[in-house]
Formats: sequence, structure tokens, C-alpha cells
Amino acid sequence: MSATTAVKGTAPKLKTSAMIASFADPGQKTAPAPFGHALVKAAQENDKIVGLTADLGKYTDMHIFAKAFPERFFQMGMAEQLLFGAAAGLAETGLVPFASTYSVFAARRAYDFLCLDSAEPNLNVNIVGGLPGLTTGYGPSHQATEDMAIFRGMPNLTIVDPCDSVDIEQAVPQLAASEGPTYLRLLRGNVPTVLDEYGYTFELGKAKVLRGGNDVVFVSSGLMTMRALQAAKALAAHNVDVAVVHAPTIKPFDAATVLAELNTDRLAVTLENHSVVGGLFETVASAVVTAGLGKRVVPVALPDEFLDAGALPTLHERYGLSVQRIVAKVLAELG
Amino acid sequence: MTQETAAERLERVGAAAYRIRHHALTMGEVQGQGYVGQALGAADMLAAVYSDQLRYRAEDPEWEGRDRFLLSTGHYAIGHYAALAEAGVVPVEELETYGSDDSRLPMSGMSTYTPGMEISGGSLGHGLTIAVGMALGLRHQGSEARVYNFLSDGELDEGSTWEAAMGAHHHQLGNLTAMVDINALQADGKTDTVLRTEPVTEKWEAFGWYTQRVDGNDVGALLAAFDNAAAQAAAVGRPSVILCDTKVGRGVPLLEDREKAHFMRIEEHEWQLCREQLTAGYEGKAAR
Repeated sequence: MSATTAVKGTAPKLKTSAMIASFADPGQKTAPAPFGHALVKAAQENDKIVGLTADLGKYTDMHIFAKAFPERFFQMGMAEQLLFGAAAGLAETGLVPFASTYSVFAARRAYDFLCLDSAEPNLNVNIVGGLPGLTTGYGPSHQATEDMAIFRGMPNLTIVDPCDSVDIEQAVPQLAASEGPTYLRLLRGNVPTVLDEYGYTFELGKAKVLRGGNDVVFVSSGLMTMRALQAAKALAAHNVDVAVVHAPTIKPFDAATVLAELNTDRLAVTLENHSVVGGLFETVASAVVTAGLGKRVVPVALPDEFLDAGALPTLHERYGLSVQRIVAKVLAELG
Repeated sequence: MTQETAAERLERVGAAAYRIRHHALTMGEVQGQGYVGQALGAADMLAAVYSDQLRYRAEDPEWEGRDRFLLSTGHYAIGHYAALAEAGVVPVEELETYGSDDSRLPMSGMSTYTPGMEISGGSLGHGLTIAVGMALGLRHQGSEARVYNFLSDGELDEGSTWEAAMGAHHHQLGNLTAMVDINALQADGKTDTVLRTEPVTEKWEAFGWYTQRVDGNDVGALLAAFDNAAAQAAAVGRPSVILCDTKVGRGVPLLEDREKAHFMRIEEHEWQLCREQLTAGYEGKAAR
């Protein structure tokens, strides 16, 4: 096959472009830097809130806070162990730190400092991790595909996987108010606004039924709730009626709400922007088994692999996170 | 009240160091082994900081205005408990529970167990990172309190210690003092055979700290170093480090001469001998 025919027969290749590519669909409603603005708002009401970062302020929307409260922002340099050790020290003096970096660095690189310095003494340290799951095309150095698996074993830690700007705006003050350490899977930049159409409010520790449906029940977290809602609409065209349960708090997990929805004859599917190992699927599976439900659960999740570099739409399609792949999987399951 | 003379100050701190060593031997005997060598080596540093530098309220260990003493080397807890007993924070009688089930004095120091224990050390290389945050937080809130971080030369292996050293200098933390116990010994052997950390003085200087290196078993030298640090560094927003060369087992000749081990084994019949040697040495020194 000549180069000419190859080009003629193939769509133009997408580019990886920026490290943090937006996953918003063209024309979708978005909100700019919802975390940064929510933190500023919370800090206006609570003078104990401080912010710090490890040379990633601009990339975690922390720069919005730094600009609004320069005297309450601490730049720790590209030193993640110092970032989280110092966050614990700040909390020991009664302050409420929000410390941001990429999820890979928080989970892989600074685990010991989070575990022993913040979680063991149960300090109000709020970890803000950018690029959770597959939200960058830069490859395994930046893709935190196993962050929840790493963090779920840490006692005292609350884990939140928000869907959109609504979740983030409402979660930030609740994270600041809650005792003990928290981990927020940050979505930054122009973040889709999705849940405002569902009469939804974020409540820490609670799962919410966003829509009912008779044939299939989706249990999802993070940006995959957006995809779950889109897939539910697409499946309606195939006469498949899908319920969607959004479970943004991974730990402690709202097993009661989720199990009430799973304890039916409907096809059960979990959807997460995370490895199939140790994330939402296994959280749901353990709740199901613990409750003694003999229920099959189908995971939509990233494979237990180091993922490719590339453009996000390409990768989401390749690894099964796209709406098209979700719809195909559900139709195949229903036979 | 008349001003304490230099000699009286020296005598007061020296007496505290003696009692701290005595307490450490009492605790060591409960377990039959342990980090007694380190506690004896660090007793003068602990005495200098607890009986001369720290502002605290024994009856209210969480008093907001207190200076913070952070034990990064969790296994030195035996020495720290001895210092807390000397300080009146922990009752002397309680020392006998050291390392026993349900004790408030576990083998490795943890903030959740013991009054006066600010952090959970033990995973080495954490203390100075937390100290940076505390010093930032206290200064941010207008507190005059100081932060003292006790670490060991083994912890200089950890990259996080140097992250924190850079951070403290960058943020001009004049309210932070690090005390490094250089006993030249770590778990697998002598420090210079495990991972060479020297030249230690030049490293801290290069990281921007006001650096002093003293004989860590010389109370007079330790007190002078604290005085220098207060005069030279604190006022100009420079963090201070006091590098303290110490001798494992110091004050008990039987242990000073024993082959150095991270975890020292002492026979049942030797404890009383250790105490007698300690007291004889202290009284001999005091009589001179």
C-alpha cells in the first residue's frame, strides 16, 4: 500500500496537543476553573483555608486562589513530599490546607507523607489531584489510572470523584468542613456543566439517582457520569431504558443507595475513569458481595495496563470510555 | 528573682540530662533491649532543648502558644519520653509501661498516643517537612512559637529532608531550628559505610541554613549554639541547624565501649551496673 492511498483512506490523525486536554464535547456548556473559584469563595467565608502547590498552580486552577489570597498561598516547589508534609504541619496549627499537584505525584510519589502525616492523625488536609484517570494523552507518567486503587486502602481518607463543575463547586466547601483528610480527583480548565439539569446537589458521602430506567442501571463516578447520561440517552433510541446512579464519594461509599438500585433484575454496569482494579467497580462489587446479593456487575473501566499516549478522544474510544463504546457494550450484554 | 549564672544554667541542664539518661535506662530494662544507646547519646540535646529552650505548659501540652518539638526519629521515643517525664508532661511512674500493651508510650513515637508528642515519626525523613508547614502556619497566624525538629544523620539519606531544607530557606523560616544527631550509626552499620552523608556542614550551609556543628554531648556547647542561633539567624529569617556529634551509649562506659549496634542488647544483670556507672560518672563530674 502506497503512502498516498493510506492518506486517502484514513481520517486525519488527532493530535495529543496540550497536556491537559479538555474532555468537553464541542459546544458543551462549561465553567472555567470551578475548583479555583470555589476555593476562593470558601476561603472568603473561612479564614483558616490556605492553599499550596508543588509547582503546578497554573495547572490545577490553584492560581486563581493564589491571586485572590497571595498571603494564604504557599508555593512549595517541585517537591511533593514537602508539599504534603508541610500541608500536615499547616493543619497541625489549625489551618485548613488544600494542596494541589497531579494525581500521579500525590498517589505514587507522596503516599507515605499523606498516610502517616495526615491520615494517621486524621488531619483536615485536602489533597487536590489533577489529571485523574485518563484525562491526559501524555502516557503513564501523567495518567493516574490507579490513584483510587492506591488511596482506597488508606484509613481515614475520604475520596471524591466529581463529575462536573456543579460537583466541584459544591464539594469544595464540604471538603473544607469535613474532618480528616480528603482526596479530590480534580477536573480543571473549562469543565463541563452537566448535573444542573438533574435537580442535583452534591452531598459528601451520598450517591444520587439522576434518572430512573427499567432495563439497565448504571452506577458511575467522575466524568463517566457525564458519559453514562449521554449513553442512557443514546440507548433510549434502541428502546433500552437506563437508570443512572452517580456515586461521587468513593470512600466512604454509599452502599445503601447503590445496593437498593442494584437489587433488581436490571443489567448492572459500573462506569469509571480508572483502572478496573481497585476503583468504583471493585467498591461496588465488594458492597454487593458483602450484602450477599448474587448479582452480576459489568465494568466499564480502563484496562489493567499502562495506557498509550495520544489524543484523548482516540484513547477514550480505544479503552472503552466513549459513549459509542458504552452503548455497544450494553447492547452486546443485552444480546 | 536573681539572674541564673552561666554555671548554674549548665548545672541545671546537666542534671536534666542525667535524669533523662536514668529514665531511659529504666525504660530499656522493661523491654530488655532497645534504642537505649541512641537515647543516652541524645540525652544532652534533649535536655538542652527541654530544660532551656522550649516554652510549654506541662499541665496543658496542647497550649496554643507552645513551641513545637518534633521527633522525626520515631525510634528515639525512649529518649523523648524520658525528656517528657523530666518536663513533667508524662508522669515518671508511667515510664515503666514503655512498649507494653495499651501503654501511651509505644516503641515508636506517635502523636495519637502520647501527650507532648507532636507528630508520628518513624518513617524517616518526614519530620522536617512537617516542621516547615508548622513554622509557616504559626508565622502566618502571628504566633511567636518556634519549631524544633529533631532528626538523625541517617535521615540525611532521605531526599525529603533536603526538599524541606530548601523549602525552609525559601520561605525564610527564622522560627525553625533543626537538631541533627550525628551518631554516625544507622540500621545497617556505620553511616559512612551505608551512605556517605559528609560533608554535612557544607551541605546545610549550601542549602542556606545558619549552620553550627558542636559536640552534642557537651551541654555548654549546645547552649551556646542555641544562643548563637537566636542571635544570628532567627532575627533575619534564616532557619538554623545545630549539627550534634554524639556518642552512642554516652554516660555509661559499659555501653560506650560495646560494639555499636542500632538495636542494642543488654543482659538482665547489666541494667543495675549501667545505672551505677551513669550515677558515678555524673556525680564524679558534678564533684569536679
